[in-house]
Amino acid sequence: MSIGTTTLKIDGIEVTVPEGTTILNAAKANGINIPTLCYLEGLTPWGGCRICMVEIHGTPKLFPACATPVNTGMEVITQSEKLREYRKMVVQLLLSERTHVCSVCVANNACELQKLADELGVDHVMFERNWTSQEIDSTHKSLVIDRNRCILCTRCIRVCDEIEGVHILDLKNRGKDSQIIIDLDQKWGDSDYCTSCGKCAKVCPVGAIYVESEALSETKDKHIAEFILSRRNR
Amino acid sequence: MLKDDNRKGMLEKVLKENDYQESALLEILHKAQEIYGYLDKNLLTYVANVLKLPPSHVFGVATFYSYFKLKAPGQHVVTGCLGTACYVKEVEDIMSAIENEFNVKRGGSTSDGKLSLFMTRCIGACAMAPNIIVDDEVIGKATKEVVLERIKLALEGGASA
Amino acid sequence: MKPADIQKIAEHEVDFQRAYKHRINVCTSSGCVPFGALKVLKAFEEAVKEFGVEKECKVARTGCVGTCSVGPAVIIEPGDYLYQSVTPEKVREIVRDHIVLGLPMKENLYSNEAFFTKQQRIVLKNAGKIDPHRVEDYIAMGGYSALVKCITRMTPQGVIEEVKDSGLRGRGGAGFPTGQKWSLVARAHGSPKYIVANLDEGDPGVFANRTLAEADPHSIIEGMVIAAYAVGAEKGYIYIRAEYPLAIQTLKLALEQARVLTLLGDNILETGLKFNIELRFGAGAFVAGEETAILASVEGRRANPRPRPPYPANSGLWGKPTLIQNVETLANIPNIVHYGGEWFAKYGTPRCTGTKCFSLTGKINNPGLIEVPMGITLREVVFDIGGGIPDGRKFKAVLVGGPSGGCLPETLLDLPIDYEALTRVGAIMGSGGIVVIDDQSCMVDTAKFFTDFCVEESCGRCNPCRAGLARVKEIFDGITKGEGKMEDITTLEKSSGYIKEASLCGLGQTAPNPVVTTLRYFREEYVEHVVEKKCRAGRCFKNLNSEANKQ
Repeated sequence: MSIGTTTLKIDGIEVTVPEGTTILNAAKANGINIPTLCYLEGLTPWGGCRICMVEIHGTPKLFPACATPVNTGMEVITQSEKLREYRKMVVQLLLSERTHVCSVCVANNACELQKLADELGVDHVMFERNWTSQEIDSTHKSLVIDRNRCILCTRCIRVCDEIEGVHILDLKNRGKDSQIIIDLDQKWGDSDYCTSCGKCAKVCPVGAIYVESEALSETKDKHIAEFILSRRNR
Repeated sequence: MLKDDNRKGMLEKVLKENDYQESALLEILHKAQEIYGYLDKNLLTYVANVLKLPPSHVFGVATFYSYFKLKAPGQHVVTGCLGTACYVKEVEDIMSAIENEFNVKRGGSTSDGKLSLFMTRCIGACAMAPNIIVDDEVIGKATKEVVLERIKLALEGGASA
Repeated sequence: MKPADIQKIAEHEVDFQRAYKHRINVCTSSGCVPFGALKVLKAFEEAVKEFGVEKECKVARTGCVGTCSVGPAVIIEPGDYLYQSVTPEKVREIVRDHIVLGLPMKENLYSNEAFFTKQQRIVLKNAGKIDPHRVEDYIAMGGYSALVKCITRMTPQGVIEEVKDSGLRGRGGAGFPTGQKWSLVARAHGSPKYIVANLDEGDPGVFANRTLAEADPHSIIEGMVIAAYAVGAEKGYIYIRAEYPLAIQTLKLALEQARVLTLLGDNILETGLKFNIELRFGAGAFVAGEETAILASVEGRRANPRPRPPYPANSGLWGKPTLIQNVETLANIPNIVHYGGEWFAKYGTPRCTGTKCFSLTGKINNPGLIEVPMGITLREVVFDIGGGIPDGRKFKAVLVGGPSGGCLPETLLDLPIDYEALTRVGAIMGSGGIVVIDDQSCMVDTAKFFTDFCVEESCGRCNPCRAGLARVKEIFDGITKGEGKMEDITTLEKSSGYIKEASLCGLGQTAPNPVVTTLRYFREEYVEHVVEKKCRAGRCFKNLNSEANKQ
């Protein structure tokens, strides 16, 4: 079965991509940048952070570029006043959801949330900051999870399940009470199945999972999932 | 480890009836809660192992749905319906009265473990609002006086209904 | 069992029922049982024996007639005499006067004619009339004849055309044209195909689906089998709330009866059609009613909605084509097949055909379950059917569409009920909840109540619904505690717009509706709360003094 191509317009530019490509990848292939956060190449799109939302001409709805496949004749708008406002809102809500203090964070200057705030020009947070205290677990021999900094993007869960294949991480509860858990919500040091591969720390966009006494700029490897996947599908 | 008793036998039967399918996880947790009263970590580990599911997945599912209880409930259980119709008919006042009278917080139990107070989102008896459930008995068009009296009666009766 | 045998069962049952002069229908649904309906049933069985009329009186248990506030309800046929608030003590008198002496006891009859005259019953036509525990009762009313018609005289495509002609739209809330959905699933590649019947009904204040399942379970099953024939599905699931034990029990029994009569199974009525149904139980998650979340839940996972496309019609349960329908939609199907799409389209409005079930509750004289033609006005529902506001209080608002519906003021009471009209004014059809609010309620507190609900029920996957709603809730907490600022109102408006447009699923996209509509129609109450620290209904700022005293 041969795969056809799809032609569409992104920000007024006509592009042709393989059928089934996502809007995000179609844009990327044509040098158009759409900001992303929960998305990571090599992992199943989650569509949760909403930073990659785009407008599609003819529908009032917004679509996550990471999870929406292209269609022939589609006219995608990746930059508009509304999208800019909403992307700023995403960052503000994440910054106010838990305790984010950049200056004392292992991810300082290597943090994707911080970078987005900078790029989008978020200079204040319109919501009162929420300073609830979440659990920090440093019982593992090298990995630490500080849930105060977690933005619930689930990259760690997906890399643990889809790439490492052990699925020791998941979410408990729901809504605002959601938390990353290890096995049956136990201490990381007691996990039977954790292989200590460290991929969770490599893909964490913020400073929530990190390797003890190692700067996140050294730990980080955004391409790990994509790389392993390409080796596997060789 | 799960104790080898009648209850475990019943749970094994349920697992078998469901063909050990992953997709039957909710059904199995429902039955497990019916058999054991609540879902503790031992029980969840057992279910995870038998279904060959990651423990984190099972825990994630069990905590996502508010119907599943992870702690042992008290001897008597009072549940207030917080559906819209009950809200409009001021069920909140009755809930506060129960909290004050028996020194119990919603979602928790009294210190002696005799009484638990829960909330549920709409039991569907909206035309009879407000509704309070005391040990499986639905009290419709409930008033503070009737409910407090009924709970006292249950507590004095001793044995669980 | 062959198709023709259904007709034989119907004829036999009709003869059997004709042998009785009277039929006493005792409502034993969830609304009436807590008030002694089962004792009333037993009392009738004893009383007809005592008076020696058991040969001419059939005492039957039935589902809900809708007058839930005056239960237990009893209907005596012929004549449809509806007795209200029947007690076991009263039963003897009723049997003696009504049956033996032929003198209906006027003073115990339900007197509000208007409750019924403005209703139009299609889905609920059997509710309160048949014994939901007997499949023969359903068959005698013409049940399963539509299925027989389909499999003996219609092509799957013909069935879909009939449904298209009817103009039926999904009753779960969004109002997607049902016939079109069926075509999509029928045309989709992949097998097996699945059907999921949504009976999650997580909206607080809504009990229409539960009542339907308790009163007429076979209408749902028949609708599902017809749908399966039309779209080519082999397996169906009914996803039902675990909080509905009586509905579950009734459905279980009905499924078993349908299997015995080979109305379900691997060779339905010896025609080679294969379709089986299993029950799946919800576990207290409102979001599981969303169509992609229900799929996750049926598969045994956390009920997180996922982005669409792909749509369930192409990639649903286990990646296979799946038809998801609300049970009320399905229960309409046998009628459409039986009487034709054109017949159905005569009810309601051209754009929204047919009827809709509503749970009518709150501060209203006649709460209960109603079925009305689309296009009826809110005023008719609240004041004619509902009988207005009790205790001489003043009408303030009506909440339409559940926790993510809208709070509409008196000026909008003449609005006709249809999907588009409701959406235009900021409400939604939702699953059919109408809650009436009088002047004793505070609109700020009401909006806060719904926001609290949605915060608790948010799955947490997407940022606007998880974090956005949580911040909105905190702003409400502040305002109702007397800490509100005028900027808070602006922040509420901005965040609501963002949450509505940017959320992943219907829950987040509609969750701000109560906030938006109360801000639009009752803004002065917000300003009063913020500026004057005054709540005209006296519901807010309540604990201020007591907390200050404690310190």
